[in-house]
Amino acid sequence: MSAHDTHAHPAGHGDHHGDVGPHSSLRDYTIGFVLSVILTAIPFWLVMAKVISDRNTAVVVLGTFAVVQILVHMVYFLHMNGSIEGGWTLLSTIFTVVFVAIGISGTLWVMFHMNANMMPEHPTPTPPVHDAPGHSRP
Amino acid sequence: MSELRYHAGAAGAASATLTARPYHLDHEPHPENGTALGFWLYLMSDCLIFAALFATYGVLGRSYAAGPTGAQLFDLTLVAINTAFLLLSSITFGFAMLRKQANDVRGTLLWLAVTGFFGLCFLGLELYEFAHLIHQGAGPQRSAFLSAFFTLVGTHGLHVTFGSIWLVVLMVQIGKHGLIHENKRRLMCLSMFWHFLDVVWIGVFTFVYLMGVL
Repeated sequence: MSAHDTHAHPAGHGDHHGDVGPHSSLRDYTIGFVLSVILTAIPFWLVMAKVISDRNTAVVVLGTFAVVQILVHMVYFLHMNGSIEGGWTLLSTIFTVVFVAIGISGTLWVMFHMNANMMPEHPTPTPPVHDAPGHSRP
Repeated sequence: MSELRYHAGAAGAASATLTARPYHLDHEPHPENGTALGFWLYLMSDCLIFAALFATYGVLGRSYAAGPTGAQLFDLTLVAINTAFLLLSSITFGFAMLRKQANDVRGTLLWLAVTGFFGLCFLGLELYEFAHLIHQGAGPQRSAFLSAFFTLVGTHGLHVTFGSIWLVVLMVQIGKHGLIHENKRRLMCLSMFWHFLDVVWIGVFTFVYLMGVL
């Protein structure tokens, strides 16, 4: 018991450095902001100016931009690195990312096959072109 | 706990060797900042909610039920402005955190107010978009695509709404008590929440709006 008493905890565990949470700097926020603006502007420009005609290529390019921007936000805004909280934050994040990836890709995969198998008479439900948004109500 | 230690000590030679035992850690491992980790775990669980909604949208996003498509409905200029609002609110929250580190109450409150302003701009524009869609007859009941769209984007909007309420409450707290330890901890949590919402919005504008008009 005496060993425990001599090692008195400070009032708040997070108060070791007199401040709570990770130390943030103007440099981090500026780099993050500039990168985010670039990584947001390019996808919007690609779509609005109809730069990529092939749909699949466009999806891959847009997805890549989104992933890179999410990483930028994680590192520069959320101050993510491998050492905070002894790596537990990073570990829980990796777990979530894996979980989310399996969940989303698995759902899309299974449901795509369900659609393909369950509705043979409507293989591609393309909407009629004449259906303008203003007159869509049946 | 103390009983356990007592028995362990009795098993050894004397209680004086208690501290010398190699399996008794002098510094028990505890997270440096338990609240940050706990709140991060909450955000990760929130991530799973959004993952489910994204998966639902991914499955139903092309089921128009002969109704309007994303390409016909989405106004990308509006979405770009909304994205800019959210991105600006993220950097202004960063400035608030920097003023907090400098123990500047007025500066922190000022930048929090700017952040809240951008948050409200975002919400206003999103509500305008929703009202416009519903007015056009493209409400959530129109098709599976629109149900999934309203659920996903609406859930994000609800998060921003509650984040804004939290922001106002925290501003009152800081105004009343200053930048005490508790308020710094709350600020840290809210900043994580706010930046997290911006991360989710990246997924929304990419997978819902940009890919929706392709």
